[in-house]
Amino acid sequence: MSLVCVDDLSISYGAKAVLSHVSLRIEPGEIVTIVGPNGSGKTSLLRSIIGAVKPARGRVTRGSNLRLGYVPQRLHIDPTLPMTVARFLALPGGVARTIIDGALAQAGVPNLLNAQMSRLSGGQFQRVLLARALIGKPQLLLLDEATQGLDQPGSAAFYRQIETVRRDTGCAVLMISHELHVVMSASDRVICLNGHVCCEGTPEVVASAPEYRALFGSGTMGALALYRHDHDHGHDHHHDHTEAAE
Amino acid sequence: MLDDFMMRATLAGIGVALAAAPLGCFVVWRRMAYFGDATAHAAILGVALSLALSISVFAGALVIALLMALTVNLLTGRGYAMDTLLGVLAHSALAFGLVAVSFLSGIRIDLMAYLFGDILAVSRLDLTVIWSGAALVVALIGWRWSALLTATLNEDLAYASGIDPKREQLVLTLALAITVAVAIKVVGVLLIAAMLIIPAAAARPLSRTPESMALVAAGIGSVSALVGLRAAYIFDTPAGPSIVCVAALIFAALSIAGSVRTSTQ
Repeated sequence: MSLVCVDDLSISYGAKAVLSHVSLRIEPGEIVTIVGPNGSGKTSLLRSIIGAVKPARGRVTRGSNLRLGYVPQRLHIDPTLPMTVARFLALPGGVARTIIDGALAQAGVPNLLNAQMSRLSGGQFQRVLLARALIGKPQLLLLDEATQGLDQPGSAAFYRQIETVRRDTGCAVLMISHELHVVMSASDRVICLNGHVCCEGTPEVVASAPEYRALFGSGTMGALALYRHDHDHGHDHHHDHTEAAE
Repeated sequence: MLDDFMMRATLAGIGVALAAAPLGCFVVWRRMAYFGDATAHAAILGVALSLALSISVFAGALVIALLMALTVNLLTGRGYAMDTLLGVLAHSALAFGLVAVSFLSGIRIDLMAYLFGDILAVSRLDLTVIWSGAALVVALIGWRWSALLTATLNEDLAYASGIDPKREQLVLTLALAITVAVAIKVVGVLLIAAMLIIPAAAARPLSRTPESMALVAAGIGSVSALVGLRAAYIFDTPAGPSIVCVAALIFAALSIAGSVRTSTQ
């Protein structure tokens, strides 16, 4: 059974239509990436899945008792709000210490428990957000440009972490990204969005689709070249982003 | 013990400080300071109406403060910036309230008592109302604490956890209206926002978690009430403003200590 069914979804803000007639399904265990230009409705689609936006028409059906993990695009914590990583991870319910430790380890930042959120580096912050999303043992992990503000090795390491998490927990992943070459290599399925679904399929199919080339330009295909990365090679990026917590 | 007016005043001040502390933290974290101010100012209209209708000042202020807060919630995001909207509503409500009071020629009203509080005139009944209201506010915020915190951090994070941030906003609005209504007698409508914001802001440098900030704010608020009342008694100064002055001095001292500590680290 699908985790999420989106049927003929349309969303508008006032008179402005953001999404029209979008239909898609997310199956257990798959990694699906949404690509599309700015303003193409990617974030609105994700927000409708978590229930933050009401559809103008159509419907979003979540599996009964579906456990969601959500990593927002940006999280600004007001400097007047003191918040340790441990406290942040325990929100909103009480969470056992062992589960928190496990989630931090899974997200690749095991030693940050007592750090203040405001003291974290960009990479650490995103991984703490990932850890929080993992705490509820999600069946579906939603990531909205989770590597924004990270450098390339940082975001590559982040996406490898996502693949590891999927492998270890079997959760499905639905993510939005601008980093086409990195993300597409890690995806089972790519959905190209521009107010509607332009094209979808395996990364190879989408990359060669004329609709995709029209949006992202064949001129950039060199830079955005699609590659399937080799899972056997041995770069170790796990040592990055461990310095700033003190 | 409650026969002593100073004792009643002290208990009233501490009651308001305890309710204002956790609520004040959310007001600071969510940048609702002006919102709190607007709700408090509107309460003077409630005072005028209650006097005209001969109903309890507490009830009148509560209803008008609630209406004000709900109106602001409703109108937010419909064309005007929040601060413009609050500026219009807060000062209009204050002005209408002051004009309305002037029509009440049959009754002699000490307007100063409602603008700056009249804590030394707190009766046993007032004390019961203040402590009941304060207990209600603390219970309400305590009950919704985690959901409120999540919604304050990020609305989408709240939705993803099955929390409706709009409902949590309503909880805060209700708590704010109750706090305003019980605090009128203690510090008056013009200084209620000070009791919300100053202890919470003063507690920030001492706190590592949201919970500790609320507790420290409650402590600072209570100390301000105690010391402020004592000072008002000794120097014969107005009680409500004296309490706020003490809170402000504590804020200044802790801020300076905090920045000294940070720069020597």
